[in-house]
Amino acid sequence: MKQTIAAPPVIRLGTDYIGKPVSRVEGLAKVTGAAKYAAEFNVPDLLYGYVVSSPIAKGKITRIHADEVLALSGVLQVFSHENVPSLAWFDRSYKDDLAPGGSPFRPLHDAEILFSQQPVALVVAETFELARYAASLLRVEYAAEAHETDIEKKRDDGYEPGRGKSGFMPPPKPRGNPNEAYKNAAHQHEAEYIHLAQHNNPLENFATTVEWLGEGKKLNIFDKTQGAMNVQQYLTKIFGLSKEEARVISKFTGGAFGAGLRPQYQVFLAVLAALALERSVRVSLTRQQMFSLGHRPHTLQYLKLGANENGGLEAVHHAALAETSQFEDFTEVVVNWSGLLYQCENVKLDYQLTKIDANSPIDMRAPGAATGSFALESAMDELAYKAGVDPLDFRLLNYAERDQNMNKEFSSKKLRECYHQGAARFGWEKRNPTPRSMRDGNWLIGYGMATGCWDATQQKAAAKASLTADGHLMVSSASNDIGTGTYTIMTQIAAQTLGLPLEAVTFRLGDTELPEAPVQGGSWTAASVGTAVQAACQALGKKLLKLAQQLADSPLQGAAFEDVQFVDGVIRLNEDISRRVGIAELLDASGEEKVEAEATTGPNMLKQQPYSMHSHNAVFVEVRVDEDLGTVHVARVVNAVAAGRILNPKTARSQVLGSVVWGIGMALMEESIMDHGFGRYINHSLAEYHIPVMADIHTIDVVLVEEEDDIVNPLGVKGIGEIGFVGVAAAVANAVFHATGKRVRDLPVSLDKLL
Amino acid sequence: MNSFTLTQATAIDEALRDKASHDNSAYLGGGTNLIDLMKENVARPTHLTSLHKLPLSQIERAPDGGLRLGALATNAETAYHPEVEKHYPLLSQTILAGATPQLRNMATDGGNLMQRTRCYYFYDLATPCNKREPGTGCSAIGGYNRIHAILGASEQCIATHPSDMCVALAALEAVVQVSGPDGERRIKFEDFHRLPGERPELDNTLQPGELITAVDLPEKGFAKHFTYLKLRDRTSYAFAAVSVAAALELDGNTIREARLALGGVAHKPWRSKEAEALLVGRPATVETFRQAADQVVKGAVGQGSNDFKIELARRAVVRALKQATEMNYELDENAFLNSNP
Repeated sequence: MKQTIAAPPVIRLGTDYIGKPVSRVEGLAKVTGAAKYAAEFNVPDLLYGYVVSSPIAKGKITRIHADEVLALSGVLQVFSHENVPSLAWFDRSYKDDLAPGGSPFRPLHDAEILFSQQPVALVVAETFELARYAASLLRVEYAAEAHETDIEKKRDDGYEPGRGKSGFMPPPKPRGNPNEAYKNAAHQHEAEYIHLAQHNNPLENFATTVEWLGEGKKLNIFDKTQGAMNVQQYLTKIFGLSKEEARVISKFTGGAFGAGLRPQYQVFLAVLAALALERSVRVSLTRQQMFSLGHRPHTLQYLKLGANENGGLEAVHHAALAETSQFEDFTEVVVNWSGLLYQCENVKLDYQLTKIDANSPIDMRAPGAATGSFALESAMDELAYKAGVDPLDFRLLNYAERDQNMNKEFSSKKLRECYHQGAARFGWEKRNPTPRSMRDGNWLIGYGMATGCWDATQQKAAAKASLTADGHLMVSSASNDIGTGTYTIMTQIAAQTLGLPLEAVTFRLGDTELPEAPVQGGSWTAASVGTAVQAACQALGKKLLKLAQQLADSPLQGAAFEDVQFVDGVIRLNEDISRRVGIAELLDASGEEKVEAEATTGPNMLKQQPYSMHSHNAVFVEVRVDEDLGTVHVARVVNAVAAGRILNPKTARSQVLGSVVWGIGMALMEESIMDHGFGRYINHSLAEYHIPVMADIHTIDVVLVEEEDDIVNPLGVKGIGEIGFVGVAAAVANAVFHATGKRVRDLPVSLDKLL
Repeated sequence: MNSFTLTQATAIDEALRDKASHDNSAYLGGGTNLIDLMKENVARPTHLTSLHKLPLSQIERAPDGGLRLGALATNAETAYHPEVEKHYPLLSQTILAGATPQLRNMATDGGNLMQRTRCYYFYDLATPCNKREPGTGCSAIGGYNRIHAILGASEQCIATHPSDMCVALAALEAVVQVSGPDGERRIKFEDFHRLPGERPELDNTLQPGELITAVDLPEKGFAKHFTYLKLRDRTSYAFAAVSVAAALELDGNTIREARLALGGVAHKPWRSKEAEALLVGRPATVETFRQAADQVVKGAVGQGSNDFKIELARRAVVRALKQATEMNYELDENAFLNSNP
């Protein structure tokens, strides 16, 4: 290729998108219904499966009267342990990427009942209505056994779980002499904090549509999940399918909050039925059945804090006891934060599990941190009062400049700025320190605050960039967008990296045929997939530069990749921006139909090893509590977040807004009530499991604190899906104490606890 | 949900005949509760007589001077009807405290009276329930009973009636107009819903086949001093932990007439005539209100998780009466919008 092209006109499209409040690129599709969710793929000749759930918590199935249901015209099959073939020899074949230690639940595997609402059969029929009706008629006989679902009764059976699932860090070894330090402390505080189980309850119920393609065993599996790849490897191991045979697609997800990190049983059941019947099958769960999935575990936390006369933290002891199932050791980081957030030389952290007859818990937004921070930040508030120090000053006084758990520097930590900017925006200085001192008629007014912390992590991820002759850039990675804004920020990164207008870029995700990406969770997607997208686009840019340099009289002759910039649709020299080649013209001249590049990226271990990497926030809350009636309104929240570089302040703010709503829900209403007599969550509907409604939400002010970090990843991003939620519940409970003088240590802070 | 047949009746007698000619049948109004119950297999009718085409949607002056709410008028139409807003603002406020706009647009006034309890166990077929299956036992007694009754419960059932609207109808002394196989009759509101006693499966005193055709409001609407105070676990779309409809007629600071009814505390809207009697002729002071409140909860029994409701009901009654006294709807038509804490 040796031909010349005219220099393109100088245009100023403006292709710097990173950090700009770009609206969701998939927004129109979502509001017009063009975005299809797992249960909306209306493939031809679809069969419907309806799940039959166990009414008992423990025991055995003794008989299933499938014949009675199969007699109905239009019912094709009743799948149960009686007729499901032994699929995979080893139970480890059922382990997905995020499985904790233990033996995973195997749906319809045997007669054993391990938890209430366990799926015991799948009725498959020609219509949904028929499947549902037939399922209601299916008689299943059980031999019930005594169950225990109350961790209060299993306090003495706690055990240390070991390493558990990937990413879990057991508590660090004790440091200093916490017992002695506590004994000698001028100010002491000791208390237990409790919350019951909470369920993720995304608005989109779990569902799978399996399309039977007729050739061999090939399936298109439209699944609600946070990780198509994880679902695919789970299914291929269990059903002996090749990756080509089990394509998992999940382009839109109506929330998941962790519930979709692991493959849920509906995908297993739908694939099982499709393979057995050689038909397309859909299985969707009811809201009630959503309470059979994982949950944030019921956790008891014991806190013991000591401070010296000046308010310096001398001793921290934080112990947690959380429920897990009989078959898995679900672990999350609950107590470690207490050794990290504040400067303290004497720290003891304990984390134990105890087994009950319930399903395994699962990660739920800010897993562990939301739990731990409620206890720690409530206890810090209590100790601040005892020490006679303002709760904010108390935290500033004990500010950790270094991660004492790991004995490492922070890669960056703008928590102090979060405190200052948040307090200023909130008007913290107007707070009268005395509890029950601020009021407006019947309303007692309280100000409370708390701190949050979350990990900044990066996972291995791959992406592919493909620029076609029409000037369109397609970038893809098998990631997911659970409403977080992944589509949008990846489009921004790609467009800016190659200097193309946003409209010329499409990002694809949620398909196992795309380059491999981790599950979307842990706030690592922006860092992991973003880095891969940037790298793939840079690799593509290098190819474009090479093509440009093959032009006769190329204005970019001899330039290295570092010497040029991709901006406004051109490649130009840094030193002389008039020396440039238009990307569209280049493709035209080159005669190439498309130029492609792929990249796989992961954390730079060598660079990161010396550092501790975290996002932080400071939450300030004003509550109004009716003095006589105990009703609580969260009138105002200021949430100041330092999470590295903000790729898109609009979607980032939206993440924090949602987090605050979550925090208000955790503080004031969310709890899954286990009726221990039945061993069953009894408020299993959204009418009785309360999450906030619009009328519960008032002013939320999000402050995105500037934070530069070139250690975490090339983009400098820490992720923002979790951090905004951490600390909110404690801040609300602390504000309630300030308003009323009543300390509520068992969530939620419902009105009965304030009468 | 089982399969069912459905008939669209166009006249009342046709509806009565249609229902009577089918075993295991039910009337279908707005369907906002019945269809849910059918999806949960709590109700399993095999035939529905749809009332949608009956000419019962009118809201008009009643022959005796009050207002007649057609049984098929929706909750939304009723709450925003100019006559209701003007003369029965307590009813408007109460309706708007319930459910969501979507539900209120579908739910009918007759259907509102027919709502079944929201007891967790009633809805969950995995648990015994005397209301759903008489004789199987009550799971709420000794179970989780935060939303259950503190007044008028029995050893068979401690469920509560979930309606807000009915609390106002009880306070306003509405009359339920019904048609049945034996003709028409009128049921005083206090006699419409019943306490569980030994027959918890029966929510009300309707006879088999009877159909609500209208709800009549007497002339007196207490449009000046009233309040509906609804306390719940979130600000909207939650059933009442305790609610209070209070209506007063004041002469200066003296109470001339009083109406007091509670929701969320019993198997029926709980009107306390004893407390009302105690208020009449007394000054509208907190002290008076406290005595009335004590009277309301006299004999209240907690079941464990709902013990708090006794004290909450006391406080709610005092607050509601105070709010009703301070309210002057003639001066400020939006006053009630801000009256819920």
